[in-house]
Amino acid sequence: MLQGVIHQVMSGIATGGIYASVALALVMIYQATHHVNFAQGEMATFSTYIALTFINLGFPYWVAFAIAVVISFGIGLAIERTLMRPLANAPVLASVGVFVGLLLIINSLSGWFFDYTIKQFPSPFPDHPMLGGYLSGHELGSTAVTLIVLVLVYLFFRHTRLGLAMRAAAFNPTSARLVGVRVGWMLALGWGLAAAIGAVAGCMVAPVVFLDPNMMSGILLYAFAGALLGGIDNPLGAVLGGFAVGVIENLGGAYLVGTELKLTLALVIIVAVLTVRPTGLMGRKVYSRV
Amino acid sequence: MRRHRARVSRVSNLLEARGLHAAYGETKVLHGIDFAVRQGGVTALLGANGAGKTTTLRAICGMVRTRGDISLGGRRIDGMATEDIVRLGVAHVPEGRGTFMELTVEENLKLGAYTRPAREAAADFGHMFEYFPRLKERFRQQAGTLSGGEQQMLAIARALLLRPRLLLLDEPSFGLAPLIVQEIFRILKRIREDAGVSMLLVEQNAALALEFAEDAYVLETGRIVMSGPAAEISKDEGIRRSYLGY
Repeated sequence: MLQGVIHQVMSGIATGGIYASVALALVMIYQATHHVNFAQGEMATFSTYIALTFINLGFPYWVAFAIAVVISFGIGLAIERTLMRPLANAPVLASVGVFVGLLLIINSLSGWFFDYTIKQFPSPFPDHPMLGGYLSGHELGSTAVTLIVLVLVYLFFRHTRLGLAMRAAAFNPTSARLVGVRVGWMLALGWGLAAAIGAVAGCMVAPVVFLDPNMMSGILLYAFAGALLGGIDNPLGAVLGGFAVGVIENLGGAYLVGTELKLTLALVIIVAVLTVRPTGLMGRKVYSRV
Repeated sequence: MRRHRARVSRVSNLLEARGLHAAYGETKVLHGIDFAVRQGGVTALLGANGAGKTTTLRAICGMVRTRGDISLGGRRIDGMATEDIVRLGVAHVPEGRGTFMELTVEENLKLGAYTRPAREAAADFGHMFEYFPRLKERFRQQAGTLSGGEQQMLAIARALLLRPRLLLLDEPSFGLAPLIVQEIFRILKRIREDAGVSMLLVEQNAALALEFAEDAYVLETGRIVMSGPAAEISKDEGIRRSYLGY
C-alpha cells in the first residue's frame, strides 16, 4: 500500500512537471496581458508535430527537439506581432475571442497538416524502470528536463537585463517605456518564450499520452488549475501548483475517483480556488504606500 | 498681462516646441504653445490644475497625440516613439513617480540605466547613493514599501541613471512633507551643479519652482499666458495673486 502511494506521488510529480511548464507559459502571458492564452495547449501540440516531423526526416532526437523549440519561439513571436498586437487596447471579450479562435485554428491546422490519427512519439530516455522501480526512465528524464527548463527560465528573469526588462514591461509598461524598454518587443518575446516552453512540455508528454491534435486539451486544464492554485500572477506559485495538481490528480485517480473522472479534479480545483482564495495560495501581494 | 514672446536664440536652446497641440482622444488639452529649455538651464512650467502642464511633459515624450514641432538639440522628436525619445537622452520623472512597485530598489535603478552599458552604469550607482543615501539603505527592498519621499528620490535617481541631457520633472513636491520637499530640491540643485543637466520642471508650488528655475512659463487652459525670467515672473502682481498667494 505505502509503496503504491509513493509510486503514485512520484509519477504525479513527473506529470506535474508537464503541468508546471504549461502553467508557467500561461503565467508569462497572463502577467504581461492579464489574459489567459487558451491556445497555449494547441500551440504546444503543433510544436510537438514539428519535432516529430524532423525526427521522421531522420534528425537525431535532440536536434529535432531543439529545432521544434526554436521554431515554436518564432511562431509565438509572430502570433503576438500579427494577431495580438492590434488588440493591445481591445476589450477583454475581443481578446478572449481571438484566443478561442486561435485554439480552433491551430487545432485544425495540426489535423490538416499532420492528420488526425493518433501517433506514437519517441522518448529519448531509457525504457527500463529507475529509482528502485518507482519511476520509468521517461518519467525521470522528463522531470529532469522540466526542472532544467524551470531553472533556466528563473535565471533568465532574475539575472539578465533582458529578463528584468521583460518583467518591467509586464508590471508597468508606461514606466518601462520611460526608461527606454521596447515594451512591444518584450511582449512578443514573452509569447515566444511561452511557446518554446510549451514545445518542451509537448515533447515530454507525447510519449506518454500519444500525439493527436487534441493531445494538450486536458493538460491545459490541469495546468490552468495548477496556475490558479499557486497564483496566476506568480510564476513560482504556478510551477508549484502544477506539480501539486499532478500529485493530486494521480492520487485522486488511483484512490478516489478512478482514472475516468480524473479531469473533474482539475475543475474542482479551479472552482475551489476561485471561490475560496481567488489569488491562489501564493498570489502576489504587492505592498504599496502612497 | 504681457504677451508671450518666443525665444529666438536657436543655438542655446536644448529643447524647443513650436505650435504644440496635444489631445486625448477628442479632448484638446494644448492649443499651440511655444516654449524652450536652454542648454544647461532650468525652466519652470506653472499653472493651475488642468492647465496642461503634465500633458506638455507627456507630449515631449511622445506619450500623447500631438501636432506641431518639438526639437531636441535641433533634431525633430515629435512623432517619435517614447522609447526612442528616451534613448536620445530625455528622462522623465512622471506624475505619480512611476515606481516599479513589485521590483526591488536595485532593479528599479538598473532599469534606469537599461539603455547604457552595464559596467558604465554600475559606477553611477555610487553617485546616486551620494545624492540619496537612503536608497542605499533600502537597496534590496521591494520598491513598493518605500515612503512617498523615498519613491520620489528613487524616481529621480532612476531618471538620472539614463545620463539624460534633459530631465523632465512632474511635480516632485507632490504629496510630500515640506522638509522632504526641501531635501529633494537641495539635491536637485546639487545635481544641476554637478552634471549640468537641463531641466523642465512642472510644479504647483510656484514659489518653490520660481526660486529654482531661471525661466518660467505660465499655462492657462492649454495656452501660455506669460513667459520670461523666473525672477521677473515672481514679481508680477497677477502671478503673485493667482499662484503665489500673497
